[in-house]
Formats: sequence, structure tokens, C-alpha cells
Amino acid sequence: MLYLSNDVSKAIVSLMNITFILTPLIGTIFGIMNFYNSREFIELLLAQPIQRKNLFMGLYLGISLSLSMSLILGMGLPFVIYGIAFTGEVRSLLILLMSGLFLTFIFTALSFYIALINENRLKGFGMAILFWLFMVFIYDGVFLLLLLFLQSYPIEKFAIVFSLLNPVDLSRILIMLELDISALMGYTGAVFNKFFGTGTGMLISIMALIVWTILPVYLIIRKSTKKDF
Amino acid sequence: MIEIKGIRKSFGKLEVLKGFDFSLAKGKITAILGPNGSGKTTLIKSILGLVLPSDGKILVNGKVISNDWLYRKEIGYLPQIARFPENLKVIEILNLIEEVRKEKGNYIDLINQFDLKDFLNKKLRQLSGGTRQKVNLVLTFMFDCPLYILDEPTAGLDPIAVIRLKELIIRKKEEGKTFLVTTHIMSLVEELADELIFLLEGKIYFKGTFDQMLKAEKEENLEKAIANILKKENEKDS
Repeated sequence: MLYLSNDVSKAIVSLMNITFILTPLIGTIFGIMNFYNSREFIELLLAQPIQRKNLFMGLYLGISLSLSMSLILGMGLPFVIYGIAFTGEVRSLLILLMSGLFLTFIFTALSFYIALINENRLKGFGMAILFWLFMVFIYDGVFLLLLLFLQSYPIEKFAIVFSLLNPVDLSRILIMLELDISALMGYTGAVFNKFFGTGTGMLISIMALIVWTILPVYLIIRKSTKKDF
Repeated sequence: MIEIKGIRKSFGKLEVLKGFDFSLAKGKITAILGPNGSGKTTLIKSILGLVLPSDGKILVNGKVISNDWLYRKEIGYLPQIARFPENLKVIEILNLIEEVRKEKGNYIDLINQFDLKDFLNKKLRQLSGGTRQKVNLVLTFMFDCPLYILDEPTAGLDPIAVIRLKELIIRKKEEGKTFLVTTHIMSLVEELADELIFLLEGKIYFKGTFDQMLKAEKEENLEKAIANILKKENEKDS
């Protein structure tokens, strides 16, 4: 992509679309499969003198950190090779990378939690994949429909809340605010920009992403300490 | 060593442990017997903290275990089926558990006793079920714990390994270790157990020595005694 176009922004936008579909998917699949595969080994480990919280955090971080390293290498290396990593354009790349990392941590944590609450593997796997599908594709469709139906109402606050409830949307907004491409912003990006300005808008998105990461991790800890194995 | 008071456990609507007291004799081998579904595994898992009881208290060495995990350093647990990540080698899983427990294990003698020397560098997925169970045994006994909890320890073992295991258990008992064993194998109970506990429908039906049980059921061997108990229970139900 970098070879084909000299415009880094265009490369980043194309990369963004793939990243925001694939990183949640990979996080979801690896998270849920790893958990279900290790379920019996987890029982053996639980009989050892370690705290449940530490055990499950270790399992979660094992997957999410490995996936994160692959992401950093996979995304970062081409940019380093083309020398762009050392120019001023590096900021956009770093923001894209950061969003990808957030999405990895978020979706791995969520699929871990889904695995914890579903004894039935098929049900758990189905739930996790459906969740990914909903967040990455269906959510925006529903959002657009709502916007269409509620056109006559002042829905700007609602639009912001709606975006905060989807980590994928938050990441998209982050990139759009960074690249400042008004044509791509769409309604939500424009609303964010108008309400908060670029700087604050980005800050709010990042904070929301942090909450999105911490909440599932807290749920994992809570469920794992109460569950029977 | 272990004291259980008023333990109850329900999984949803199914009440598996229905409220009983139990104390484990130190330095002895206690066998837990009972039909399927009587609560044997649930009882063991409650002691290990894998299952959280709905009611009641469990004390290990006088301390309540309910928010504790360090007490598990004193317990060696052998689960019924060997369950490990398949991509690890035997030596790697031994080192892994050493790191988790933060203590060095004494596994060289055990590896020799159970003929596992040639398998140390093989991946676990390449091993047969019986060999994996032997690895399980090494993992349990390589640490020096005052209490060993064994769930169907002979499952999947070849006859020589069973003999070695029995010898190991007797040796450890002479060192003063305590054993809690669940098993369906009557000959194992007859040979090793100092005390029997018979669980039926979530409560302790009988607790005592082997001879006491035979006397109570007026039978000559353990199998007949147990069959008697189960028959009486079935007749009560119908």
C-alpha cells in the first residue's frame, strides 16, 4: 500500500478499515478458543497455591500481549522499512497502532468473559462471534436507521452516547479526528469535532477506550473468583 | 488436619452435598467411596477450593480456607484425568508447575520409578493416556506435601505402575503423610485404606475402618458390603 501510494494518510485509512475488522476478530477467536482449550488445565492450576485473580490475569495477558506484539510488528515494520516511521507522519501511524492495541485487549477480554460465563462451548463461541459481528457491522447499520427515523429530533447528544458504546466506532472517530479528513468523518465524527474540538474529542475517545478495556477485565476477575470449576 | 463443618453444595437446583461434618485423620489413608453422583468429587474439589460451598466451613490446619490459597502448598492433588497443554514437553510441564508453586520438585526418582526417562523430551500430545497419567503422578508426588488428595489414582495405569503407586503411597504414609483417596477399586481400598467413608446421596452413610464396615453389613468382603448398602437404598426409594 505504501508502495502504491505516496500518500501516507490514504494508506492509513485503508489500513484502518482492515484493522478495525480484523483485530477484534482475532482477539475474539484467540480469546475464546484458548480459554476453552485450556479449561481442564486451568483446573489443575487452580489446585496450586496461587490466587485465582492472578491465574486468570496471567492467562488473559498471555494472549493479549502476544497478539499485541504481532500487531506492532505486523503494522509497524512496513512503516519502518519505508522510513515513514521516522518522519512527522508517524503520529497517525501510532494512533492507528494504539487503536488496534486497544481493540485487541478489549475483544480478548470480552471473549474471555463470555467463555467464563458459558459452560457450553458452542454457545460461548457463537455468542462471542455474534458480539463481534454486531460491534463491527450491525451496530452502525442500526445507528444509521435510528438517525434516519429520529431526524427531526436534536440527536447530537444521543449520537455521542451511541458512539461511546462501541469501541470500534470510538477507534474510527479517533483516526478521523487525527487525520482531519472531514469527508470521511460522517455524522459521528463531525458531531465529536463540533462538540469537543479535535483535541478534547480525541482525549474523550481514548478515555472511553480505557474504560472499555478495564470493565471486561474487572468482570473477568469478579466471575473467576466466584465460579465453580 | 482437615475439618469440615456442615458442608452444603448445590449446583442450581441439584443439592449434591446435604450438610455433614467430617474430619480427616492425620497420618492415615482415608478412602472415600460411594456411588456416582454421591458427591465424592464435589467434596474433594471443595477442599481444594475449586468448588465454593453453598454453606458450611472447611478448615485446613485450623484455618478457614475460604479466602486463602496458600494452604494449597500443603496439598498435592492428583486429578482423575491428566489435563495439560499438549504442546509442552514433559520436562517443561514439570518445570512449569515448579515455577507456579515457587518450589523445586524432586522428580528424578519418580521419573525412574515410573519409567518415564525416555519421555522427558517428548511433547505431551505424543503420549498415550496411561503415560500422561504417570506424568500426572510425578507432578503430584514430586512435592513434599503433608496431605495428598488422589482422585481415582489408578485410572489408566498399567499393572506395574499400579504396583509402584501402591508402594509409593505406603512409603509416604510411613513418612507420616496423610492421604485422601477416592476410588471404585475395592482391592485398592482393602489393601491400603485405614479408614473408609461411604458417601450416599450427599451425606456420610458410614465412617470407620474396613473391618467395622464388614461387621456392620454382615458381609465377608467390601464389594458385597457396598452392594448391600446400595440395595437397601434402592429398596428405600421404591
